[in-house]
Amino acid sequence: MAATIIRRLTTPRASNARFYSSEIKKCTIIPGDGIGPEISAAVQKIFSVAQVPIEWESVDVTPVRGPDGKFGIPQAAIDSVNRNKIGLKGPLMTPVGKGHRSLNLALRKEFNLYANVRPCRSLEGYKTLYDHVDVVTIRENTEGEYSGIEHEIVDGVVQSIKLITEDASRRVAEFAFQYTKENKRRKLTAVHKANIMRMSDGLFLRCCREMAEKYPDVKFEEKYLDTVCLNMVQDPTQYDVLVMPNLYGDILSDMCAGLVGGLGLTPSGNIGLSGALFESVHGTAPDIAGQDKANPTALLLSAVMMLRYMGLNDHAVKIENACFETIKEAKYLTGDLGGKAKCSEFTNAICEKIGR
Amino acid sequence: MSIISRNVFKVLLRASPNVAARTIHTTAPNATLADLPDSRVNATLIPGDGVGPELVYAVQEVFKAAGVPVDFESYFFSEVNPTLSAPLEKVAASIAKNRVCLKGILATPDYSHTGELQTLNMKLRNELDLYANVVHVKSLPGVRSRHTNVDCVIIREQTEGEYSALEHETVKGVVECLKIVTAQKSQRIAKFAFDYATKNKRKKVTAVHKANIMKLGDGLFLRSCEAMAKLYPKIEFERMIVDNCTMQMVSNPQQFDVMVTPNLYGNIVDNLASGLVGGAGVVAGASYSADCVVFEPGARHTFSEAVGKNVANPTAMLLCSAKLLNHVNLPGYGEMIRNAVNKVLHDGKVRTKDIGGQSNTQEFTYAVIYNLQPLQKPTQ
Repeated sequence: MAATIIRRLTTPRASNARFYSSEIKKCTIIPGDGIGPEISAAVQKIFSVAQVPIEWESVDVTPVRGPDGKFGIPQAAIDSVNRNKIGLKGPLMTPVGKGHRSLNLALRKEFNLYANVRPCRSLEGYKTLYDHVDVVTIRENTEGEYSGIEHEIVDGVVQSIKLITEDASRRVAEFAFQYTKENKRRKLTAVHKANIMRMSDGLFLRCCREMAEKYPDVKFEEKYLDTVCLNMVQDPTQYDVLVMPNLYGDILSDMCAGLVGGLGLTPSGNIGLSGALFESVHGTAPDIAGQDKANPTALLLSAVMMLRYMGLNDHAVKIENACFETIKEAKYLTGDLGGKAKCSEFTNAICEKIGR
Repeated sequence: MSIISRNVFKVLLRASPNVAARTIHTTAPNATLADLPDSRVNATLIPGDGVGPELVYAVQEVFKAAGVPVDFESYFFSEVNPTLSAPLEKVAASIAKNRVCLKGILATPDYSHTGELQTLNMKLRNELDLYANVVHVKSLPGVRSRHTNVDCVIIREQTEGEYSALEHETVKGVVECLKIVTAQKSQRIAKFAFDYATKNKRKKVTAVHKANIMKLGDGLFLRSCEAMAKLYPKIEFERMIVDNCTMQMVSNPQQFDVMVTPNLYGNIVDNLASGLVGGAGVVAGASYSADCVVFEPGARHTFSEAVGKNVANPTAMLLCSAKLLNHVNLPGYGEMIRNAVNKVLHDGKVRTKDIGGQSNTQEFTYAVIYNLQPLQKPTQ
C-alpha cells in the first residue's frame, strides 16, 4: 500500500510536469467563512495575473440536511473535491451545536488526509523574537489521541484511548522521508515520547527507524517531545523537518507558527491517499470580515504549496517571491503585521511584482 | 570573624581551588547566622543519572561552605543501571521518613529490560503519591534570553493521565494507550493550584487543556478546574487550549501567571517555559505529596552527553536546594544561597556554557561559594 502512495505522490511531479503545464487543471476552492471570501478572491486574482493554468471550481460547504437527517457538507462539494483531487480551503467557522459533522473531519475522512504538513519560515520584513526559523512539521493526522474513543468507566474515572497503528505510522514516516529527500532538506527528526509511552510511541518510533534504513541518504534523528520544546524556543535553527504523532504535531506546529508570527503567516497542506487539500489554519476573524483588512498570506502560501504539489514549480516560485518581497518592502502591510494597508492594496502590490 | 574567613578563603581559592575548597569547608564554615539551630535536618539525596552527581556535588560543596545543618542520606537510584540501584522501597521509605528529598534527574530509557511499562520516575511518584509538580519559571538576572520578565508557575498533575503506563497491542500493529483522568485527582490538583495562587498572592490561574478533542477526559479536568474556580472568587480563572497556549508562550509569555495542567501538557509547558528563560540548567522545581516534597530541576534532562566534562550548569540544582532549605525552615541559609547564585549570574563574570559563558561547573560553584554573604542578625 505504501508503495502506491509513493508512486502517486512522486510520479505526477517528476514525469508529468509537462502535462500539467500545458493543460488547464481544475481545482476546487472552498472560500470559507468570515474573511475567507476576501482572501480567496485575493489568491484567485494573484493566480490569474501569474497566469497559472488552473481553473477554479468554487463550492459552497454550508451544511445542509442530509438524507440521514443530520447536517453535513453538501454532496456536490464532496463530489467536486473527489473529481479534482485537489483543493484549497479558506477558514471555516466551527459549527456550534449538535448534529453538525465537522467539515474538516468529513474532508479528512473523504480524502484519507493522513499527513499534515506545516512549513514555518521567518519572513523578512516581519520581525519576531526569532530569526532564521525554517522548520517543517509533518503530523500524523488520522489517529493517536484524536481517535475519539473515550468512556467513563465508573463515575469520575475517564479513559481516553490513544490509538497508534503500524500502517498509519509507517505511511506518515514514509511520506516524511520522501518529503525530506525531495525538498533537499537537511535532516528529519522523529518527535516522540517513547520513554513514557513505550508501546504506542515505541511503535511509531520503530516505523520511523525502519523507514530510515530505506532512506540512507536522509539524516535521521530521534528526540523526545520535551527536548524539542526546550530546544526549539532556544535555538529553532537546529531543527529542520519534524515528523510526529497527532497531538504532538498539533502542539508543535502551532508553537512553530508562534515563532514566526502566528497562524496568519503559515501555510498548511494535508496530503492524502486520494487527493490533497491545502488550507490556511487561522480563524475566520468575523470582527474584520468584509472590511478589506484581512491578510491573505497564509492562504496564498498554502496555494503556493499546492502549486508545488501539482508540479507547477515555476509559477510557485514566482508567486512566492513576489509575496515575500512585498512583505519585505513593508510598504503595503496589513494590520496584523503592523501596517495600514488594505487586503486589496497588498494583493495589488503582489500582482504588480508578478507582472514585472 | 567572617571577614577573616572570607579573606583566607579568597587567598586559598586563588592558590589551588581544589584543595582549598576541601580545607575551607572543614575548617572555616562561612556562617555566622543569628539562629543557628541546635538540631540538624535529614534529607534524602538522589543524585540521578547524567550530570546529576556532578550537580549534587556542587550543592554539597556550597552547603559545606555555608555550614548548612543538613545531613544527606544519599541513594544511588537509577533505571539505566538497575543492578547498582537502591531498591525503590528503601528510597521511598527514606523520603517518607525525612519528608524532604533533593533529586537529580533519572534517565528514562524507551525500553525496559523486564518489559515493564512504568518508568522508575513514575513508580517513585506513585509510591509517594507526589501528585503536584510545581515549576516556577522566572527570568534570571544576567541570563540573556529573547524573552524578559517571564514569571509564571506551572502546576502539573503527575500521577495519572498519559503517564498511566496502560498500553496494549490489541491486534498486531495496533496499539492502544490509555489516558486516565479521574475526578478525584483533577479536583485535587485544581485545589492545589488555587491554594498555591492564594498563598503566593498570584492573580490568575490558567487551565491548560485539549477538551475540544478529548471531550470526556480533558473535559473532566477542565470541569474540575471550573468548579474549583468558583470557590476562589478573588482569583481570575481562564481556560486555554494547549496548542494555543504553546503559541502564546513563545510570543507573549508575560501574560501567564499560574497554570494548571494535566500530566503530558505540563511536561511540554514546563520545558517550553524553561527554554524561554535560559534552558534546563537554570529552572528549579518541586514535586509535592500531602506529606513530603521532592526538589528537582524543573526541566528534566539528564544532559548525559556532558557527563564528566564539568560543563553543566548547577544553577537549577542550587536553586532547588535553596527551596529545600526554605521548606525545612532554614530560610536564612536558603536566602544566602539564592542571593549568592543571583549575584554570580548578575555579575556575569562566571557563566557556564549553556548561558553563554566559558566557565565550568566547578568555577561556577566556587564563585557561588565566594559570594555567600552571611545574613545580618535580625534586629530585635
